[in-house]
Amino acid sequence: MIALVARQLGADLRVFWREPASVGFTVALPVMFLVLFVSIFGNAETRVGGRVIDGATYYVPGILALSITSAAFLNLAINVVIARERGVLKRARSTPLPPWVFMAGRVGTAILVAVGLAVVVSVLGAVLYGVELPRATLPAALLTLVVGSAAFAALGLLVTAAIPSEDSAPPITNVIVLPLYFISGIFVPSEQLPTALVTVADVFPVKPLFDAMLAAFAPTGGSGFAWGDLAVLTAWGVGGALLAARVFAWTPRRE
Amino acid sequence: MSAPPVIRVRGLTKRYATVDAVRGVDLDVQAAEVLAVLGPNGAGKTTTIEILEGYRSRSGGEVSVLGEDPARPSRAWRARVGVVLQSTSLERRLTPREALGLFAGYYPDPRPVEEAIELAGLEDRADERIHRLSGGQQRRVDVALALVGRPDLIFLDEPTTGFDPSARRRAWETVARLRELGTTIVLTTHYLEEAEALADQIVVLAGGRVVAEGTPAALGGRDRGRSRISFSLPAGVTAPSGLGAVAAPEGYTVLEADQPLATLEGLAGWAREQDLDLLDLEVRRPTLEEVYLRLIGAQEHEEAGG
Repeated sequence: MIALVARQLGADLRVFWREPASVGFTVALPVMFLVLFVSIFGNAETRVGGRVIDGATYYVPGILALSITSAAFLNLAINVVIARERGVLKRARSTPLPPWVFMAGRVGTAILVAVGLAVVVSVLGAVLYGVELPRATLPAALLTLVVGSAAFAALGLLVTAAIPSEDSAPPITNVIVLPLYFISGIFVPSEQLPTALVTVADVFPVKPLFDAMLAAFAPTGGSGFAWGDLAVLTAWGVGGALLAARVFAWTPRRE
Repeated sequence: MSAPPVIRVRGLTKRYATVDAVRGVDLDVQAAEVLAVLGPNGAGKTTTIEILEGYRSRSGGEVSVLGEDPARPSRAWRARVGVVLQSTSLERRLTPREALGLFAGYYPDPRPVEEAIELAGLEDRADERIHRLSGGQQRRVDVALALVGRPDLIFLDEPTTGFDPSARRRAWETVARLRELGTTIVLTTHYLEEAEALADQIVVLAGGRVVAEGTPAALGGRDRGRSRISFSLPAGVTAPSGLGAVAAPEGYTVLEADQPLATLEGLAGWAREQDLDLLDLEVRRPTLEEVYLRLIGAQEHEEAGG
């Protein structure tokens, strides 16, 4: 079974890597955002929750949250919808491959792409802007990375059920995440947002992901584990996975 | 007693919201047999096949495929069934060899990937990414994926639609070789010559019902139907009326004969007397296409008449 999952994961990663559009979209966008943010807003010190940190140290965890969302939610959902509409999922369903192995391959790919992207963004942040990478809080950063990407991958599988066609996959997923980026402190610090919006953002999973990542990058002391945020993410992930198992469609919508 | 059939269907029905897509179909397919399912669009071919493949539920009737009910497919059952869907369904960024290696891992006793490549005639393109292959080559990858698990039963839903004639011949060779290896094959097609070349049994569906079944040679009373004798005559000469000649377009004379030999004897005697050679004389059985169109036409007429 492990060999089966590994082979599925290998094939999915290969397919991801060979699709220039998805690689460009998933990898280039966060890198571009990081460079733009620092160029536009500068690397000046920012107050976050009573702490004073420099701009890049604020933006890197934000871009990481965006990267995880992009790799695990958007990229997975768009590629699964494409595979569904082209009959690839229907075909896979006719084989003895257990459905969960197929899902595990997709979720595993999402997590690995998110991890790779996190490394790229973190290293660029450190090299270009002197962002101090987590050392004592590294376990917290890694756990946040894995829990966050797994949760968003589960939500990505779930959202495919609401997407009717290949063409509508990118707009629908973007409409879901773009407002969340804005109200979750990624583009604009939460301190500058109306409290009502922040309250709304607290319900959705992007802000807990960002907050947990920020806690690992700019710890207020301790090991940097934001257990409350991680619990919210886990709840979203488990809920998304359970619901996805019920509503996930294997056959093209046009049929 | 003979072996139990690979597929046994009795009284199969499928009702969608407002339409009865399948209205009481019976089928029997024996091991190592090729069954061709013919019928116009909307006849219920794909619905029937997808019920047998385990994709769709049925509204009524009994279905047994390889001894199991496909409505509750087990993993072991899926391992014995190969499927080629009506449209190409491939991960386009993989190569045929990579896709086959992946699929081979799904099955307990797969064919070697090389063998599947060779059976499907993909030797030249096995390492090219699938999206760079032609439509016909992609279709062959579909077929290769269906046979890499060494299935006992393969469903081919319109496997050669859009093929040029030579590609179709090669696809037929693949099917014939699978049959020799003991694989049972169910195929749907719009090409009557394909059914004639490959099928042991043909079932014609129209309006969700079986309107005819039999061997390609005997379908719809084809073996007993009238022969057509055709020839052309020089200007001013007409065939004797006693032979029942019917003039046909383009200067041809056509005789329809229940007993072709007796008619030919009469024709030959008359031609000798007239000192005619009848160089383009042709005796022809009704083609499968003629029989098929008659069957479909009768069904449509019945539906229109209510």
